[in-house]
Amino acid sequence: MWAFILKRLLVALGVALTISVLSFSLLQISGDLAIAIGGPEATAEQVEQIRQEFGLDRPLIQQFGAWLWNAAQFDFGRSYYYQSSVMELVAERLPVTLTLGFLSLAIAICVSIPLGVAAALKRGSWIDRVAMAIAVTGQAMPNFWFGLTLIIVFAVNLQWFPAAGSESWKGYVLPAIALGYYATPAMMRLTRSGMLEVLQSDYIRTARAKGLSTTSVVFKHALRNAVIPVVALAAVELGFMLGGSVVIETVFSLRGLGHLAWSAISRNDYPVVQAVVLIIALFYIVLTLLADILNAALDPRLRTR
Amino acid sequence: MPDSTTPLATRTSPRLRSPFASLSARLPRHRTLLLGITITGLLVLIALLAPWLAPHDPYAQSTANRMIPPVWHAAGSWEHMLGTDRLGRDYLSRLLYGARISLFIGLLAAFISGLIGTTLGVLAGYFGGRVDAVVSYILTTRLALPVVLVALALASLTGGSLIMVTLLLGLLLWDRFTVVARSATVQLRDAEYVQAAQALGASLPYILLREILPNIAPALIVVATLEVANAILLEATLSFLGMGIQPPLPSWGLMIAEGKAYMFFQPWVIAIPGAALFMLVLAINLLGDGLRDISAPGGRDE
Repeated sequence: MWAFILKRLLVALGVALTISVLSFSLLQISGDLAIAIGGPEATAEQVEQIRQEFGLDRPLIQQFGAWLWNAAQFDFGRSYYYQSSVMELVAERLPVTLTLGFLSLAIAICVSIPLGVAAALKRGSWIDRVAMAIAVTGQAMPNFWFGLTLIIVFAVNLQWFPAAGSESWKGYVLPAIALGYYATPAMMRLTRSGMLEVLQSDYIRTARAKGLSTTSVVFKHALRNAVIPVVALAAVELGFMLGGSVVIETVFSLRGLGHLAWSAISRNDYPVVQAVVLIIALFYIVLTLLADILNAALDPRLRTR
Repeated sequence: MPDSTTPLATRTSPRLRSPFASLSARLPRHRTLLLGITITGLLVLIALLAPWLAPHDPYAQSTANRMIPPVWHAAGSWEHMLGTDRLGRDYLSRLLYGARISLFIGLLAAFISGLIGTTLGVLAGYFGGRVDAVVSYILTTRLALPVVLVALALASLTGGSLIMVTLLLGLLLWDRFTVVARSATVQLRDAEYVQAAQALGASLPYILLREILPNIAPALIVVATLEVANAILLEATLSFLGMGIQPPLPSWGLMIAEGKAYMFFQPWVIAIPGAALFMLVLAINLLGDGLRDISAPGGRDE
């Protein structure tokens, strides 16, 4: 088990390093950094001075080394637009995105697991069809359009929730539904197929033959095993949702990481963009690592892979 | 079918009794697949015939005819069946031309990502070992990248032309092709007819392209279908956020973005392009899911 964890940890570190190279490249191809830092009024001499001051005249590999050293200490330089440190901006916005991510995940779990279990137990029934319909429409629904529709119905017409902002918990309800719906189909399909598989297995047949009640068989024996891969998928989906937050946060004007990244992209503020890309990727890497370890801890067959 | 110089083993192998033959036998009984094929076909036809179907020029502005509601509203008229946008352009005509953009980007992006993903997957599956390790490393790295964010940043840097957006999506969406191509190839690697071809000294490209590829094609077609839908959704997202297709092109995502300011009083401006997008993606997904169901040996769930 420890060998497995060590191996996965090394892969995760390697991937994180590769992503940081890509993230650094994103900053490099965004244009001449000295000119960007100097701003539109800087003279040629000032630009040259900035180039030396920030070490932008050094070879790329040295610049990358310096950048990585700083990035490892969560120092991503200064934003061109805000003139404050990128990390301050990120730290300020991160709680909003994490709240949104966890709420969305909670909604997705509360919808997908019961529905997936019910669909598997009553295979072919109306509830199975409803579940499939939710899965199929969920995959086809453009999430920004779904978000706008939620705003029109629940914020403008019914006035139950605000259309934008994160001042109170109410502001998170609609965005979390919009983002959670996005993760529901995959988790529900996995719960359903996992349940179907487990229900046909020998140990469930044994449990049934012993005369245990259906409730006991389903909840004590089947669900526990069927839900393992779903928990792992949930971790991965959380990573995806942090990435997808850029769309939903923009639709709902929630001032989180995604919103920050989107506005930074439209302002050519690439120090911010590369930091957000890297941070969201790191979250994803850690979450998938945890999911892998969790899966392997619960299912020893996976460790040899 | 291979020509007469191919080893006998390939010809007598039951696997090569075209995988598509069993599909056509099961097709008529699959209702959602038929629905998917019908709607997708209809929308492709609409996209192809847009210049003849559109009642107006999709780019013609008219200040006198701004924000006319669709025909089912009291103020609507048959002249502009789905109304006009804020620049007085005919909404139906823009919608019809928009189908071309979505389908063009979806198909071409899926083709590019299919090439990249299949190549990586087949190589990883066939050679295994170190090649497999490298490919799986590249795949893991790609999966860790937040796609929407990276696509937004790169589209913004490259200016968001139709070709650029398509290329970007193609370069980002190959992961599922790799996963499926790899596992399908692993299953075939030790098949008798592949071993026979190896024993008879067939070249590597021959084995990969003539023995492996045709037999993993059905699985890849399923992925390709779903990836077309995926690319269409992502293009709409990029265009909605202002970094994808640029005005005045009638991308559906862009139409939703342009209508956003008016949606509180005239919800149809976002409802119409959104519904079109939803329908197209839903139809393609039904098509893909259906193909997967009938191409799996035991059918659904088994």
